[in-house]
Amino acid sequence: MKHEAYFLLFIAAFGAVVAFIFWAVGLSPVYLTITGGGTIMLVAVSLLGLLPGGYYLWWSKRMTPRAEDDEHAEPSDGAGVVAAFPSSSIWPFVLGLGAAFIALALVFGFWTAIFGFFLVITALVGVIIESRRGGAEV
Amino acid sequence: MTLVAERPVHLGEPEHEHHAAPSGFYKWVTSTDHKDIGRSYLITSFVFFLIAGCMAVIMRTQLASPDSSIVTQHGYNELFTIHGSLMLYLFAGPFAFGGLANYIVPLQVGAPDMAFPRLNALSYWLYLTGGLTMVASFLTVGGAADFGWVAYAPLSDAVNSPGAGSDMWIVALVLTGFSAIFTGVNIITTVFYLRAPGLTMFRVPIFTWNMVVTGILILIAFPVLTAALIMLWADRHIGAHIYTVSGGGVPVLWQNLFWFFGHPEVYILALPYFGIVTEVIPVFSRKPTFGYRGMVFATIAIAALSTAVWAHHMFTTGVVLLPFFSLMSYLIAVPTGIKFFNWIGTMWRGSLVFNTPMLFSIGFLVVFLFGGVTGIFLASPPIDFATHDTYFVVAHFHEVLFGSAVFAGFSGLYYWYPKMTGRMLRDRLGKASFWFMFVGFFVTFLPQYLVGLHGMPRRIAEYSQSTGWTTLNRISTVGAYLLFIAVAIMLVNFWVSWRKPVIAGANPWDAGTLEWGTSSPPPHHNFNSIPPIRSERPVWDFNHPDHVALGHPSTNGHGKVPAGASEVEHG
Amino acid sequence: MAARVNRLTDPVRRRSLGRHARLRRIVTVPLLLLVGAIALGGCQVPSFGAFRGATTQGRTEFHLWQLTMIAGLVVTVIVFCLIVWPVIRHRRRSADEMPRQFHEHIPLEITYTIIPVLIVGALFYFTVIAENKIDDVAAHPNEIIHILAYRWGWSFTYDDGNGQPQHVQIATTAEPKLLAQPDTSTEYPQLVLPDNATIRIDLASADVVHGFYIPEFNFSRYAQPGVLGSQQQFDFTTTTDGVFRGQCTQYCGLYHSEMLFSVRVESSAKFQQWLGAEQAQQAGSGLGASS
Repeated sequence: MKHEAYFLLFIAAFGAVVAFIFWAVGLSPVYLTITGGGTIMLVAVSLLGLLPGGYYLWWSKRMTPRAEDDEHAEPSDGAGVVAAFPSSSIWPFVLGLGAAFIALALVFGFWTAIFGFFLVITALVGVIIESRRGGAEV
Repeated sequence: MTLVAERPVHLGEPEHEHHAAPSGFYKWVTSTDHKDIGRSYLITSFVFFLIAGCMAVIMRTQLASPDSSIVTQHGYNELFTIHGSLMLYLFAGPFAFGGLANYIVPLQVGAPDMAFPRLNALSYWLYLTGGLTMVASFLTVGGAADFGWVAYAPLSDAVNSPGAGSDMWIVALVLTGFSAIFTGVNIITTVFYLRAPGLTMFRVPIFTWNMVVTGILILIAFPVLTAALIMLWADRHIGAHIYTVSGGGVPVLWQNLFWFFGHPEVYILALPYFGIVTEVIPVFSRKPTFGYRGMVFATIAIAALSTAVWAHHMFTTGVVLLPFFSLMSYLIAVPTGIKFFNWIGTMWRGSLVFNTPMLFSIGFLVVFLFGGVTGIFLASPPIDFATHDTYFVVAHFHEVLFGSAVFAGFSGLYYWYPKMTGRMLRDRLGKASFWFMFVGFFVTFLPQYLVGLHGMPRRIAEYSQSTGWTTLNRISTVGAYLLFIAVAIMLVNFWVSWRKPVIAGANPWDAGTLEWGTSSPPPHHNFNSIPPIRSERPVWDFNHPDHVALGHPSTNGHGKVPAGASEVEHG
Repeated sequence: MAARVNRLTDPVRRRSLGRHARLRRIVTVPLLLLVGAIALGGCQVPSFGAFRGATTQGRTEFHLWQLTMIAGLVVTVIVFCLIVWPVIRHRRRSADEMPRQFHEHIPLEITYTIIPVLIVGALFYFTVIAENKIDDVAAHPNEIIHILAYRWGWSFTYDDGNGQPQHVQIATTAEPKLLAQPDTSTEYPQLVLPDNATIRIDLASADVVHGFYIPEFNFSRYAQPGVLGSQQQFDFTTTTDGVFRGQCTQYCGLYHSEMLFSVRVESSAKFQQWLGAEQAQQAGSGLGASS
């Protein structure tokens, strides 16, 4: 997990350095400009790298080594259950449709949002039940 | 074992039928298989490409003559707005990231599916509904949005752009934006957590690396766009005064927010296509990627720098830090140059064949070279003052975007079509399509550089005879028709190849990455077994143990592959 | 498979890059042609399609353009040849041909990282110099013009170099139409200026973002709502007489393509004559109040 951490922490470091330079240069009275928004966005970039990157770095030192990080791993090291992969579910479609109707309330008025919320709630309930039950089998 | 013997290919049928499998429309609507979703993205985005391409041909026809009235002013303004919006938001991104990445990334890392299959399906439905919303906006009373794909405030506010069409444009982008964000999360998680044993991050194919970096850029950029759009809607409908002068708003804030999204967005559009080219060139040069690590670092550098250059789209506002953004924009040329030299290094002293995928990738190199160099011009504020918002810029971004999304995109399509369908596309038709596209491309866009230098602004529906721009515009329009023919030939190729299929095996190109180690198309949950992985070309190492990359140990007799190694739980 | 020594990766043989003589010839021929064309052109570097600039600042931009164009052409030619070379020389000759599987060369990679940094560094340096010259606003201009951009026209209000109003205002009289008028139509406003004078512009917008663009001055600047003219100032020093096109570049709505104007630069004497006549005419008809 180290490399993933380093990649994200590089983004964090880059964002922090650039945010600082941008803010510092923007202080100069030569420029008729406000750099507040840009500085905030660059700091946000840095935080976006710092949060998962920091977590991965911390976790990579504590986790059991994974076969995919081992250069000499054999395919048999990955035998067994990989993960759970839900197949064939109607709920993403219902949820997507509901989200679209909610978004269209921005155009057509709140009544489409009511219909959309109904679909979204149904889909969320359906997904939870499906996950508990183990999902559809193909 | 799928790596050596050719499996008999069952086109379109699932490998195992457990219970009554869903079929037809219900299967499409409920599928969470990344291959089905990827295919849906590819087809849908290609349809948007065709629609937007027809819009471009109409615009070019209008501009072929001075004082032309083929379309009205309003119609023309709608055309360039929706052409740009369809191409950038609904074709280029979803084609590579929603389509090819969805299909290929889990295969390349040896995973049975994406990390979050249902989220993946949701992403597609959000994309489809968003795209339909944008196209449907033409049907409103005021017509579609007509403020350009960048929707500058205050032009896009309620006073200057009233009408539901503009709001539908906003909604379409909100939906598509969430689609992209969810797919980004999915791809990053898949690559970080579902790799096969031995597939360390520095053995992951560059295509997948580029998708991971694109995913991070999406997480950085799209939320900013979504926020800016919601604020725009608030200004339009609930009197928020964020971008309006009255009430203390700051119009230029829109430009800052939009371009903070907008510049990473163009790299979100470009990086996946760089990844495609990095897959195709080594295969058809019969050599490994030159400078793998350099490619990884260059991609990360491009992504990082792209977050720091946004105001180079705002040089002419007079209120941005010119030297800062100029320097950052110049610096992006360096990692892009590294990638170019690495692509050349991959071809260098290789054994090159020029099948259609390779032709399109080499075409990309030439096209992007021209477009990329003119980007260096625009990094200089004084030169930008003279060329901003002229056809010089239009030519530049078409060269880089068209070069990426179309040349590299078609290269990827021809390359992976056999894997996805089990059939080959006709090579001769592909080559004809390529040459029409290559010639048509330069005929279309080189005159545009010149007419921009002669002072022709962009986004104008017409110009008068006395400007002297007619000849260059006419040549450009001829080029556009050549491009139209190129795409038409490609459609013929799809048709012919489907009606009279030529079966492709598991690995028709003798490629090296994991997706070529399973059948075409891959079975349910992708792999029955995975080979030992000692480099970024595990299938090549397996098939050519005497010709592994220099410095790597030979994989001869290395490791036993047990049957049924990677099982998945059906859930 | 023949053992081919790769001079790029083989440290001993790297020095004798004789095998690449043909490549070097192919690259240097276009470069020499370029230099030759320049020399034959009477040592005048070609304009590469751009305007030479009818103002001092425009000319500064033009020189930077030429420099960048030369750098760009050189880079393009070299990289293009590097792409074409393997396409021609390294085609597959037999079905089982297997090239040497090299995949890295750290010194080379470092070299082609550093050289582009130097190139863009140099371009940036020249850019900053040109930019400072162009952005600089003179303390004592000869004329100050307040320009207001609006949907879909322009108005020019004249002040003298000390900011005193001269009671002359020129504005668009054209109703936006579907068919664009010829640029010389009197319906589009004409900004009349003296030559060899420094003109300061205070640019403002009445509604949306517009782009004030004079192609032959190699210059454009946004007129932005909420930004006063006093906050959006730039100047130029006219050098060349003539009539020059102007147009709005930042898309501003329905009749964006009709937002034309022109600039006429003439001798100081003629300009004063014109100014006097306008003042008289506009005082008579009640126009010309400074905005």
